[in-house]
Amino acid sequence: MTAPLLEIRNLSIVFDTAEGPLHAVNNLSYSLMPGETLGIVGESGSGKSVHIMALLGLLPSPPARVVSGEILFDGENLLKLTEKELRNIRGGKIGMIFQNPMSSLNPVLTIGRQILEVILRHTSMSRKQATAHTIELLDLVGISAPASRLTQYPHEFSGGMRQRVMIAIGLACSPKLLIADEATTALDVTIQAQIIDLIQNLKEKSGITIIWITHDISSVSTLADTLQVMYAGRVMERGPFSTVINDPRSAYTWGLLRSIPSPSMHSGQRLYQIPGSPPNMLSPPPGDPFAPRNPFATPRCHRDTPPLRQVPNSLPGHMAAAWYDLPALLSLHPEASDV
Amino acid sequence: MVMFFLKRMGEALVTVWGVVTIVFFITRILGDPITLFVPIGATNAQIAALTHSYGLDLPLWKQYIHYVIDILHGNFGKSFIFGYSALQVVLQRLPATILLASTALFLGVLSGTIAGAVAALKKGGIAELTIMAVAVLAQATPTFWLGIMFILWFAVHLHWLPAGGYGTLSNLILPAATLGVFVFSSLARLLRSSILDILQEDYIRTARAKGLYPTTILCWHIARNALIPITTMVALLTGELLGGSVVTETVFGWPGIGRLTIQAIQASDFPVIQAAVFIDAALFVLINLSVDLLYQFLDPRIRSRG
Repeated sequence: MTAPLLEIRNLSIVFDTAEGPLHAVNNLSYSLMPGETLGIVGESGSGKSVHIMALLGLLPSPPARVVSGEILFDGENLLKLTEKELRNIRGGKIGMIFQNPMSSLNPVLTIGRQILEVILRHTSMSRKQATAHTIELLDLVGISAPASRLTQYPHEFSGGMRQRVMIAIGLACSPKLLIADEATTALDVTIQAQIIDLIQNLKEKSGITIIWITHDISSVSTLADTLQVMYAGRVMERGPFSTVINDPRSAYTWGLLRSIPSPSMHSGQRLYQIPGSPPNMLSPPPGDPFAPRNPFATPRCHRDTPPLRQVPNSLPGHMAAAWYDLPALLSLHPEASDV
Repeated sequence: MVMFFLKRMGEALVTVWGVVTIVFFITRILGDPITLFVPIGATNAQIAALTHSYGLDLPLWKQYIHYVIDILHGNFGKSFIFGYSALQVVLQRLPATILLASTALFLGVLSGTIAGAVAALKKGGIAELTIMAVAVLAQATPTFWLGIMFILWFAVHLHWLPAGGYGTLSNLILPAATLGVFVFSSLARLLRSSILDILQEDYIRTARAKGLYPTTILCWHIARNALIPITTMVALLTGELLGGSVVTETVFGWPGIGRLTIQAIQASDFPVIQAAVFIDAALFVLINLSVDLLYQFLDPRIRSRG
């Protein structure tokens, strides 16, 4: 059995605020196999971006503080590395794509320079080789006439084109892991599809390992092998993508899936909304963090925190943190699933 | 690009014309210069003759037309006091002002940039606190007071430097330092807040996620962006200093344009006032023009629009 590329164990992160510690990530554990594409879904504040920034050593500290846990990447505990050692990994073994392509590129530096600098930083290529590689990368991410665009500036590119440049930067040093944080959120739907298609192709060609963070399940449907649903800094459910989608065991996953508009809906029909709002992480509720918003919550949900366990009678690797049996409850209350 | 330049040139000319016109009318309000420099006991006929010889007996609009035509010929008239070309009087004082302004700018920009960058990058530390305290204090200190204090400490008490005068390096140090403090405080504060804004930008997060060295991020990603507001500020300060710093030049007896202008105003020496203001306005406009051109190189977003 191959070792995981990334393994996060019992990671807890708090932000020290004036009102007290804010529990952003709570006892988070998961692992990622080489070549796997993991889709992480959750509302804002679910800890999905925070734990990634911690992994890269980019969390501002203070106020952020890693309370416990390990982040093992390629056999090394990233939390134990010095800033210097982490710098060698960032942009090298781990490539990163951020949300807003309009503001994530430096407006006063050329596109060529912004790609070139990461290659020169992490490889032993000469400037000439690196320039050639930059042109290859731009070509790879679907930018036409790449050589002539090296001297252009970000404002001369459209949003989708800028995100392609960001992807080129993320891939520049052939990373083992590519992390995309809401990489398509700021883009038009058609451009989103193009970008996802591009990543899909790259994945098939190079077998790169990907973490794709989004708040929109539908945007990862073609990409993700594994889906992980996060809430209040915890994993609520994870498993093979289609299994989780078709047989959700967490009421939160179920709610997220029901709030996606579908073409079969008739006009005037209201979209499902998860009642309530995410918990205040300054004083998280006891027990299951989703219990206060969960129509199926049992008394135990309000008392004890459910562990993430293998779902019985499902595929191996399908895990959920729930005290209740969602399919049984749904069959008891058919009106709940009336869409 | 050429169109942009021509448009800016046109605007510059209109600005200079406006300044020259305003000065003409304001000086006419100040009072009759002839009465100030005719000898006591001069007859009315003598006064009339003198008034006539300077063209001050003509109706105002005629005086204005003569004045504009003369300026177009580079002729500002003879100084009432010095008795020769007013423009020459002003131009003779220009080197002293340029020397003082450039020294003050050099000292102020150098110290202000370093202090501003340190304050931003060491945010929350004792260094930031000290730098900002000094900068705010410096900004709040009136130049004349600081000049006098410098004279008191370094000239009167310590005897290190002369209290005023012109000609040697030691004469230059105190007035340049006085003005330099003013430049320092403006730049340090602006650069600090610019860098703090830039550090919050998404592209800085990208640069860090690339694993770039902190020096690369500072020199390329931060500095290139911070240069834009800094250039604006330095240009404004340069314009201000080249116009002659009236107070500092007076306190230190520095023979620059600022002190000359004050003397000319006190003596109602119209031609010199007009020439001095013209030179001042022309320099200011010239600096603005060069900054506009400089922006083209600093900010690619402006370049493609221009």
